[in-house]
Amino acid sequence: MGQITLQGVRKSFGPVNIIKDANLEIEDGSFVVFVGPSGCGKTTLLRLIAGLEDVTGGQILIDGKNVVDVPPAKRGLSMVFQSYALYPHMSVRGNIAFGLKMAGLPRPDIDRKVEAAAATLNLTPYLDRKPRELSGGQRQRVAIGRAIVREPKAFLFDEPLSNLDAALRVQMRLEVTKLQKQLATTAIYVTHDQVEAMTMADKIVVLNAGRIEQFGSPLELYERPANLFVAGFIGSPKMNFVSGEAAGEPDVATLGVRPEHLRVGREGEGWSGTVSVAEHLGSDTFLYVDAGKLGLLTARCIGEFSLKAGDRVWLSPDPARLHRFDNDGAVIRK
Amino acid sequence: MARKVTARRVWVSTAAAWLFGFLIFLPILWMVLTSFKTELEAFSMPPKFLFFHWTTENYATVQERSDYLHHALNSIIIAGGSTLIAMIIAIPAAWSMAFAPTKRTKDVLLWMLSTKMMPSVGVLVPIYLIFRDFGLLDTRAGLVMILCLGNLPIVIWMLFTYFKEIPKDILEAARMDGATIGRELVYVLTPMAVPGLASTLLLNFILAWNEAFWTLNLSTLEAAPLTTFIASYSSPEGLFWAKLSAASTLAIAPIIILGWFTQRQLVRGLTFGAVK
Repeated sequence: MGQITLQGVRKSFGPVNIIKDANLEIEDGSFVVFVGPSGCGKTTLLRLIAGLEDVTGGQILIDGKNVVDVPPAKRGLSMVFQSYALYPHMSVRGNIAFGLKMAGLPRPDIDRKVEAAAATLNLTPYLDRKPRELSGGQRQRVAIGRAIVREPKAFLFDEPLSNLDAALRVQMRLEVTKLQKQLATTAIYVTHDQVEAMTMADKIVVLNAGRIEQFGSPLELYERPANLFVAGFIGSPKMNFVSGEAAGEPDVATLGVRPEHLRVGREGEGWSGTVSVAEHLGSDTFLYVDAGKLGLLTARCIGEFSLKAGDRVWLSPDPARLHRFDNDGAVIRK
Repeated sequence: MARKVTARRVWVSTAAAWLFGFLIFLPILWMVLTSFKTELEAFSMPPKFLFFHWTTENYATVQERSDYLHHALNSIIIAGGSTLIAMIIAIPAAWSMAFAPTKRTKDVLLWMLSTKMMPSVGVLVPIYLIFRDFGLLDTRAGLVMILCLGNLPIVIWMLFTYFKEIPKDILEAARMDGATIGRELVYVLTPMAVPGLASTLLLNFILAWNEAFWTLNLSTLEAAPLTTFIASYSSPEGLFWAKLSAASTLAIAPIIILGWFTQRQLVRGLTFGAVK
């Protein structure tokens, strides 16, 4: 079991409020990603759940029990750190076994569990090596091994892949997702990378300036962002925002349309503009179009689209996929 | 830009380094040489460097007049005991300052160090009276206590700087792995800090071994360490240079041997944290 509930959780360091009234319900077995720009409080929120920081107010419930006064060692959670945080003086075996040793398990049980965890993570040949003799990816695996071997109620991941190179990151991303599904243990994963968030999560929590902006499935956030911040943060390239007045909808403050929902034509209807930059990726073409009073718009076309800088184009947004926001940035639903 | 290293440059700097090393070592060498001279030759003018009548009679006289081993044992007990107790107090103190600092941690550290800036003689009378009233004069326990307290600020400072170098994440990982603070100290922090602990231990052992102010003033015979033993050769009847040198050579021999075998740890300890 690993159901985690946050009720009115607040955290301040001196006069600075880092987390302002966080409420969240994380279901047992789900993979939840905290995403947001740097300094939004996502790591702090994770550390509050871990118990490495004390809450200023509110409650954190794990399986219905308030744990705000319980030390991290007794919360039954395990954590994977950004820096791996392996014990440098212990072998891989020692690192993985440490938590079990602290729990006072008998030696044969420890050995069996360590071997099993190592086998799952392809670490068996490295069990007697020291962390400094391993590559970045292998170290990351040891850190994950240390987390899974204790069979915790939930895993907490603090940007675990950000120190790996791009190719390894994609591979580890898949492995972590697969492992979590296989173990069916609740996982909370912090990242600033929205691609990681979209691909790994069952549910995403978007944080901004210490506030939870939206909590929902990846597609929900993509299709129905609750406000301007989420609309701009989720999706790549970023959503285009134009003022309602300029777009001919004076009762709307801001109109949002994703680059992939703009149809591009060489003539015809819609918003006209000139291509300022065209990026040809082969699979896609990104067009950065100067649309006069509407500003700079980004359009994404599938496949090769032979346009170059200076060409005149017409952009017509898909009317079903327009997002309308009021003066406060909240979405207007019809 | 890398400069070209010519053979001449290497030769000149090597010679300069040897010369400088020799200059620093000269007083110790001179002391050892003097200990093998007769009292008369010890202050002959011009001084005799190597060509004198070599004799070991000073060592025999010194051993006869005072019990070297008794003082050496006192030195070992006092230096070792005060260092060990200081370490036991300083490890948790430095841990809390490095990993759970409060707003005033820096002030506390500075305040501790400031106690070392006061001349010891300023508190000699009150300390002497306290020792007298508690029956601590000329006892090993009393000297262990005063040297331990005297060196504690330096021990805490040194450990604090080593602990600062250890990533906080690793201790947090141990906490997440279910370690209590005590186990975190024993299984994670201490093994990781071994080089720092070793050099702190050594340096403080040497400081306590060489400490002369308190040992001279608070001990006479029973608890007297080697510093008192040396001082006894500067007597009202005059200075006996050759015997004084023999006593000093005997007194520093153990610590020089210890320093020789642990020089790598010592150097690492003194430069730790300077370069990442």
